[in-house]
Amino acid sequence: MQYEFNFAALAPYWGNFLSGAWVTIQLTVASVALGMVIGVLCAIARRSAFRSLQTVAGVYIETVRNTPFIVQIFFIFFGLSSVGLRMPILWAAIFALVINVGAYTAEIVRAGMDAIPHGQIEAAEALGLTKFQIYRDIIIMPAIEKVYPALTSQFVLMMLTTSIASQISAEELTGVANNIQSNTFRSFETYIVVGLLYIGITFLMRAAFWGIGLIAFPRRRKLGEV
Amino acid sequence: MDGFGTGHLVYLLNGLLWTVVLSALALLLGGIGGFVVMLGRISRRRWLRRLSMGYVQIVQGTPLLIQMFLMYFGLGVAGVQVPALLAAALAMMIYSSAYLGEIWRGCVQSIGKTQFEAAETLALTRWQSLVDVILPQAARIATPPTVGFVVQLVKNTSLASVVGFLELTRSAQVINNSLFQPFLVFGIAAALYFAVCYPLSLWSRTLERKLNAGRRQA
Repeated sequence: MQYEFNFAALAPYWGNFLSGAWVTIQLTVASVALGMVIGVLCAIARRSAFRSLQTVAGVYIETVRNTPFIVQIFFIFFGLSSVGLRMPILWAAIFALVINVGAYTAEIVRAGMDAIPHGQIEAAEALGLTKFQIYRDIIIMPAIEKVYPALTSQFVLMMLTTSIASQISAEELTGVANNIQSNTFRSFETYIVVGLLYIGITFLMRAAFWGIGLIAFPRRRKLGEV
Repeated sequence: MDGFGTGHLVYLLNGLLWTVVLSALALLLGGIGGFVVMLGRISRRRWLRRLSMGYVQIVQGTPLLIQMFLMYFGLGVAGVQVPALLAAALAMMIYSSAYLGEIWRGCVQSIGKTQFEAAETLALTRWQSLVDVILPQAARIATPPTVGFVVQLVKNTSLASVVGFLELTRSAQVINNSLFQPFLVFGIAAALYFAVCYPLSLWSRTLERKLNAGRRQA
């Protein structure tokens, strides 16, 4: 069996590939930004003195982390539309992604917060910093600084996860690929091209996070940890 | 007629069985592949290190969904007609071999360099020192993250549904298409996944705590 590769058949679709990649990037940026907020809030809730808050955050985190994303996105997308709540597909995708990545982020950030020595918090209290200042400057930012590499990997994984949004027919990179391959019957070639585009986005993301890390955490650079 | 009955539950449980079968296959095949990847990553030959590094970069840089499609259509292109289970298992093997290889490489490299050197002074060959000295120590460290990865594996078998393999997620989709009660159907599917994954997560955490406790005392 000899198979003739024909990438030329895909040439007319280059614009579609690029627009798909762009949607993937948009989904990723929106979900990382919002997921970070949810994650930090849940990490704080997990360490709070209120038992009920701890439990709620714990149940959320464990439920999300122990079920597949594809089931979560079906649950949200088809579930909401079954009770008459219709929203644009991309919104539903971002909603599901944020809920998903928020739980993973919470666990990572919490690990960072647990690693902050208690003496530092007491020192901040002794200096008369407000509770908000302590959380922002002594707990959250140093915690994120500590777990920054783990967060970066998690967000790259999340970018790859956005491909699952194609299953609710979002027009991101994989969704676009599914359309193109059914138009051209060149499925193998299509998915090779898309795979390469994903690798490109992965490198782009790693570079972006490296750059953000340099600007956001100058201390790590001075300590020579980067 | 329009309710969720025992028949539906049995159908979902049957899907769960296939999810477990696929996970076991993926772990077995991926474990073998991961071991090879790990060996390549710690090899003394530079081209082998580069090759396995490139493999890991490619696999970890593309979504499993795309790997599923590539395997499914790729085997068709090669003229091999395979059942969906095999296509899915092969895609899962490639996926898990890269991740397991990286996890295990980290564990092997966390074993002190002095251990390698000690084995060398005892005139053990490289293979002997790996099998008799390094791996037994690395295996202890590697168990918690490996169990943690099995949770990812079980969850990711859900993507085999896109190539038409009738596992838990696909079964839930089929039932939902006829009942259209997504909250109920996908809720039960999620609960079944949770029932498999949560004990594994807890186990992984317990193993890790035990390992760290041992280290603190030492």
